[in-house]
Amino acid sequence: MIPAAFDYVRAGSAEEAISLIGEHGDDAKFLAGGHSLLPLMKLRLAQPTVLVDIGRVSDLSYIRDAGDHVAIGALTRHMDVETSDLLKQHVPLLAHAAGHVGDPQVRHRGTIGGSIAHADPASDLPATTLALGATYIAQGPNGTREIAASEFYQGFLTSALEADEMLTEIRVPKMNGAGWSFQKFNRRAQDWAIVGVAAWRRNGDSGVALVNMGSVPILATSVSSALAGGASIEDAAAQAAAEAEPQADLNASVEYRTHLAKVLVKRALTEAS
Amino acid sequence: MEVSVTVNGVTHTHDVEPRTLLVQYIREQVGLTGTNIGCDTSSCGACTIHLDGEAVKSCTLLAVQADGGSITTIEGMAAADGTLHPMQQAFMENHGLQCGYCTPGMVMAATSLLQENPNPTEHDVRIGLEGNLCRCTGYHNIVQSVLAAAAK
Repeated sequence: MIPAAFDYVRAGSAEEAISLIGEHGDDAKFLAGGHSLLPLMKLRLAQPTVLVDIGRVSDLSYIRDAGDHVAIGALTRHMDVETSDLLKQHVPLLAHAAGHVGDPQVRHRGTIGGSIAHADPASDLPATTLALGATYIAQGPNGTREIAASEFYQGFLTSALEADEMLTEIRVPKMNGAGWSFQKFNRRAQDWAIVGVAAWRRNGDSGVALVNMGSVPILATSVSSALAGGASIEDAAAQAAAEAEPQADLNASVEYRTHLAKVLVKRALTEAS
Repeated sequence: MEVSVTVNGVTHTHDVEPRTLLVQYIREQVGLTGTNIGCDTSSCGACTIHLDGEAVKSCTLLAVQADGGSITTIEGMAAADGTLHPMQQAFMENHGLQCGYCTPGMVMAATSLLQENPNPTEHDVRIGLEGNLCRCTGYHNIVQSVLAAAAK
């Protein structure tokens, strides 16, 4: 399968990329690692007429200690997130989850920013950064703005990014020793999760987010409220699907997904405790 | 658009359509057909090559993305005198292939795996090859081959 024809332009910097995307309008798309976009283009589910390749904007590939959080450049590859000593120390849940994206070949090319901007509810990193309370930085023609992960995901493959904005950085609060767990249930190792859970706990605080349990990644706030109120893991996990709106597909019915979410949240909370 | 890449040590320059996939470019323009196309959806790993030293799936890359890069395909693994790469030799000695279709991708993924983890456990090998499917289901001997190559 070969994508429909398009024009290709290469950006050398974020500023140039934003200017190019502005020039070419709504039918233009950013190309980062391409591991979400190119499969869609091959299936004609996306048919941009212009691709602005940002894959060589190397100054957006970094992982930095920024005091209370770790700042990750949007073009940092999954493999670099997975193997980062800084992230393993301060945000181990994210480093671990990045190691479960696709397979090694995919992780050599795919980027954290690409995955988040693609806003696929079945992807691991949107839900994981949501659970961690991350903030995303978007750059547009008029400067930058911060978008909370909880405000970012607006619908299936739809984010709060404007057409001429580019995701440039992901800021993830340090976990400060919180217990954590990442649960991914799938049929084959490289598949998307049928249901996934990213969770952390520290004293009365917690963050729990669900993969593939709705049109967007789901923050399971009822679980965290229950835990904060002193509920047992079992009782809190029973609330796992309260915010979810799962859909049926080839892999699972709505009932099965709902059940699986409760089972996986229970396992995650147990492991994180 | 003009694309210039080094494939197995030889520089190639071609004018390509932007939508040309890297695997198509390697097979049809460079003329090296050892890299197979399996699923064409970045699932099976048959098209795995090394780009700048790392295993990637060449069906999910555009040739223009590889511009300026250095590529190794299965044809570039053996020495000039025909001596097999230790991974190829291990696949041969351990019967690591049945029909052979997945083999180029398996060898490329496995060598990349050993670069990142020179002393893998059997579990590491199985997880490390999660991006490569063998529809003969000959995984047992593939894993044995990779372990044998690691021990060399």
